[in-house]
Amino acid sequence: MSDTDVYIIGAGIHPFGRHDVSGLDQGVFAARQALEDSGLEWPDMQFAFGGSSAAGAADAMLPRLGLTGTQFINIANGCATGGSALLSGYWAIKSGEFDVGLVTGFDKHPRGAFNADPEAAGLPRWYGETGMMMTTQFFAMKIRRYMEQFGISEASLGRVAEKAFDNASKTPHAWRRQPVDFDTIMSSQMLSDPLRKFMFCSPAEGGASLILASGKKARELGRTECRIRGAAVRTRPEGSFEVFAPSLSIERGASPTELASAAAFEMAGLGPDDIDIAQLQDTESGAEIMHMAENGFCDDGEQERMLADGDTRLDGKLPVNSDGGCLACGEPIGASGLRQVYENVVQVRGTAGERQVDGTAIAYSQVYGAPGLSAVCIVGRQ
Amino acid sequence: MQLISDNVVELTAHGPVLYGGRARDGGSIVFPMPEGAEAALFDRVTLKSEGTLWSYTVQRFPPKNPPFIGPNAPETFRPFIVGYVELPGEVIVETRIVGVEAEDLRVGQPMRLTTTEFARDETGEPLHTYAFEPS
Repeated sequence: MSDTDVYIIGAGIHPFGRHDVSGLDQGVFAARQALEDSGLEWPDMQFAFGGSSAAGAADAMLPRLGLTGTQFINIANGCATGGSALLSGYWAIKSGEFDVGLVTGFDKHPRGAFNADPEAAGLPRWYGETGMMMTTQFFAMKIRRYMEQFGISEASLGRVAEKAFDNASKTPHAWRRQPVDFDTIMSSQMLSDPLRKFMFCSPAEGGASLILASGKKARELGRTECRIRGAAVRTRPEGSFEVFAPSLSIERGASPTELASAAAFEMAGLGPDDIDIAQLQDTESGAEIMHMAENGFCDDGEQERMLADGDTRLDGKLPVNSDGGCLACGEPIGASGLRQVYENVVQVRGTAGERQVDGTAIAYSQVYGAPGLSAVCIVGRQ
Repeated sequence: MQLISDNVVELTAHGPVLYGGRARDGGSIVFPMPEGAEAALFDRVTLKSEGTLWSYTVQRFPPKNPPFIGPNAPETFRPFIVGYVELPGEVIVETRIVGVEAEDLRVGQPMRLTTTEFARDETGEPLHTYAFEPS
């Protein structure tokens, strides 16, 4: 064990969903819970990295947590904001510069699909005006192509959603906690073919925070139960298929998720077979299916059989999105990636209650977002 | 006919023409033709007007305005098809798909360039954009 190994010694979450509470308050709630969980207090924090996409600047938390003068850096990195805050804290400790700090994220989005701004994304105005700048269309077209290429059925899309709501019914921090049966999912309103209402996550609200500590500090505190084994963010390479793409090159290439996954596995000295549980970006059902392959957990097309056999359910060979994922928790951008890691910390500690996957020693998370980036984090008992 | 941008699509005596950009370095083709400083790195080229369907979906709920300027009130919104069409040897372009029901589409089917109305301006004049239809 090295002094600059990085441990997660505290974890906190404000339930996801819709609340009559500001995004900032949800972030502060999660930060205080993470501090309490770590046994430390805000003045002990040597740094903080935080992000929020639609609920103001994360460092607005400072007056509430205490004006201790500590450095607080705001992170903005699209849907990977939470993952990027975590990476920043990881590097801060790995460098040997700091021993303990907070990473946090919160958000509160308006209802309905995100309305994107073409010019902010470097795209011509007509692209948005003609109705093509919709993240939902991208996800639908990516999975449509994938289904045709690799023989994935619409039933598989339904099975992913069914599992999400089942898992969420066992998860206090989830939003949609009522199980939804398969037939209801498969007959729900078609939003963007082949994806139906229950197959899409919604923008939501929530907050999540983690306390990171060096190996030295974690040993002093006796809190070495969860170590970060690998963490990486990667952006889109040439030839990847991403949101808001008026054109694609005919020569198709790798995805940012494939790059981030390979980098995190290499850092960890682990491979997909070593993973006990995975939280994979499930903006919609198809994303979870494609991300199973992009993260190396199966070959393209193998998901059809895995889902039919229940391999990714809580009692399956590789449980995926044990807390219901984005489908059942919603997607508050700033907090979403940290929610995945929160869930993995709880699973590794063995304190996930009804949804506990027994024997979880190594847990994997991957968050993907616009305009084409992916963040992967692998945590484990040692 | 009012079109979105004459740097993207133009009407000629032989029908609509779609423009892209060919990178001066390497020759790869992008769509649309880049504007601003980036334009200096590309030559405008006419793209093929026939290709094959690469993927598609149906926009079944009204997009928000902004950025969408087509009819999006519950009583005026009509679902529309969006897809990617592969222009052989050139590029895969994102486009409206018209002249077909979604149930009858299949990946790989031949498509050709056309135009379609997508909105009206403040005087009620129709605004058109490029689109593809089964050929």
